[in-house]
Amino acid sequence: MTALISRRRLLAGTANIIGAGSLLSGLPTRLAAQAPKPITVGFIYAATRNDYGWNQAHAVAAKRIAQLPGVKLIEQERVPETVEVERVMESMIQLDGAKVLFATSFGFWPFIQKLAPKYSEVLFIHAGGLWKDTDPKNTIGYRGYMEEPHYLCGIAAGMMSRTGKLGFIGSKPLYFIFNNCNGFVMGARSVRSDATCQVVITGDWDNPVKEAETVNALVDQGVDVIIANVDSPKVAVETAERRGIMSCGYHTDLSALAPKGFLTGAEWNWAKGGDFVQAWQTGGAYPNLYRGGFKQDMVAISPFGKDVPKNVQDAVLKARQGFLDDTLKLYKGPLKDNKGNQVLADGQVISNTDNPFKLSVKWLVEGAIGSTGLQ
Amino acid sequence: MEDQPASGTVTASEQPLPSCNDRTWLSGAAFPIDGLESVLLSLIAVSAAALLFGAFLALNGHDPLAVYRTLYLGAFGTRFSLETTLTQAAPLLLTALCTLIPARVGLLIIGGEGAVVLGGIGAVLAGVALGSAPGVVGTVLTIAAGALAGGLWIGAAGALKHFRGVNETISTLLLNYIAIALLNHLVSGPIRDFSQTLKAQSWSIPKSFMIGNIPGWSVHWGLLIGLIVCLALHLLLRHTTVGFGMDVLGGNRRAAQMIGLPIGRLILLACFLGGAAAGLAGAIEIVAVHGAASESLVVGLGYTGILVAFLARQNALVVILVALLLGGISASGGLLQRRFDTPHAATTVLQGLIFLCVLASNAFAGRLLPRPRGA
Repeated sequence: MTALISRRRLLAGTANIIGAGSLLSGLPTRLAAQAPKPITVGFIYAATRNDYGWNQAHAVAAKRIAQLPGVKLIEQERVPETVEVERVMESMIQLDGAKVLFATSFGFWPFIQKLAPKYSEVLFIHAGGLWKDTDPKNTIGYRGYMEEPHYLCGIAAGMMSRTGKLGFIGSKPLYFIFNNCNGFVMGARSVRSDATCQVVITGDWDNPVKEAETVNALVDQGVDVIIANVDSPKVAVETAERRGIMSCGYHTDLSALAPKGFLTGAEWNWAKGGDFVQAWQTGGAYPNLYRGGFKQDMVAISPFGKDVPKNVQDAVLKARQGFLDDTLKLYKGPLKDNKGNQVLADGQVISNTDNPFKLSVKWLVEGAIGSTGLQ
Repeated sequence: MEDQPASGTVTASEQPLPSCNDRTWLSGAAFPIDGLESVLLSLIAVSAAALLFGAFLALNGHDPLAVYRTLYLGAFGTRFSLETTLTQAAPLLLTALCTLIPARVGLLIIGGEGAVVLGGIGAVLAGVALGSAPGVVGTVLTIAAGALAGGLWIGAAGALKHFRGVNETISTLLLNYIAIALLNHLVSGPIRDFSQTLKAQSWSIPKSFMIGNIPGWSVHWGLLIGLIVCLALHLLLRHTTVGFGMDVLGGNRRAAQMIGLPIGRLILLACFLGGAAAGLAGAIEIVAVHGAASESLVVGLGYTGILVAFLARQNALVVILVALLLGGISASGGLLQRRFDTPHAATTVLQGLIFLCVLASNAFAGRLLPRPRGA
């Protein structure tokens, strides 16, 4: 507590002067040459930081990045995906002297593109893989291959399910949701070949009422493990727990929400962004577009629930090692979609980093029950 | 309904309570800008709100003075802050008029939010329809269409009030929801630009219709438009027979009837002008900021406008000052959040406290300073 107060007092006392001073002088902050150089890093969230979802995953990363030497963290939440975020970013640069900005919502990207050329001394990092060669060099897009941890969740779900019926709740009919769903189903079927998965696309990033209704409907159909790919899977996981079925998490660690039925979860490792911060701090090289799975340290799995037996944990960890070594490939033939069409022939293997292939996924694998919702 | 004297029902009317009966407290005509008292009351109200907010901050473990210093820094302390404040204030100048003008005839209109939305929709429809028109003409007509749409929207509430006795406060409140629902419907289907995948937004108006920033400032021309409209309205309300007629009507409806004022026309005109001002605000948001209609229009501009109108005691000139104050408060919200980790709603709490204190201060109107009787 005392540490907190003194930090606040320090902020109140000095930050004003530093912020205003660096703005008025218009000079780059030439602070003492001691390594590492102090740097202010701003995180901007579209919703609350404690949403048990997308935003919390970033806030967790922010805390870890704040531990890096010389890093001072500032955060602002509930920033809408409008011109407002442009003001917030500029305010962080002008008033707080931020040199690295993490704009964590998908819809922030156009505003980054607009602002980045104006502030070449600032690094803009966006959570998404939208960067193109024509975009400013002081911007980064990064994103994880969440289908890999979904595969691991699928393994846990397949081994733990009694009915062999799983449920996948998706938000929007988009390629990464399909990939996650496919990963989950293929993981389950790798340990239990008769496993099926009901797929429901709600159409909304965030629609707790619909998500709860969907979980209830799935339970009534005999589904006993669910995973929800929505902005905040809190309601879905809690509903599953209340109905006495098992669940896997998404985005961040949700084990606290379902002490009984939680298996594991697919998590982002946004803290990887700390590398970009350090590169910017030291003048080192950084990628403009960074995508990856376990091997690239962009994804993770949640701690296992207390009722997950050792053999299940071992199977999951073994598969993770496979992704780490790149010996386990997510998409490999023979593979059929759930309409019976051959997608990959026998022997055909898709690299885990084949992004164009993953972007083109508009189908669900065999074992998934339901449709993508696309024409 | 309430305008018809309930002759045989209640005894309350026997005790003359002018401030309730005729809503003269609302129109400002009750204390015909008894300059000093108005100013004193407003200052006392704002100070009281500031003290209460300080207590709220202290309870949350913050140093109120440090917070206020930061608030000043974020609102007016640097050129960037000032520009942000002016940008925030620009639409408030106009949305305040939506409550202010009808208040002069004794109506409490809270439909600014809906009128802003309608103005935005009207502007987009006109802007898209006018596609090939030359820039200036297109801009003017686009803005005019927005103002017209807003004017008709609130004008309709005025007509409901005058011809059918529908309570204007309730009807305009409900019209807000209808307007937002209409917007959501339109941008998710009929006028949706499907090439924008990031979010649901309407077609964009031509680039040539967009108005830029005031040279040398990063504040758009809408600020100047707002200032001019406020000044013009001040002249209209204070220095013309129409304005005088409105004041008489707001001060005492029966007196207005007796001297043969065109009550219906005045009510409709006041509502139309108020709505047109808010519609103008929405149109300017389109031509100066967004370029297309989307949920970005629904950010509480209309509701904050009510607060501005009340704090300005329905005086169009004072609106300018108050809009700056409230624009500054919202401009600094992010900085407070970052420096003190205050909740996102902190500045909303401050605004709410100011509103409550201003309303409460009305109880002291006419009692604060000794005034000669029988004037």
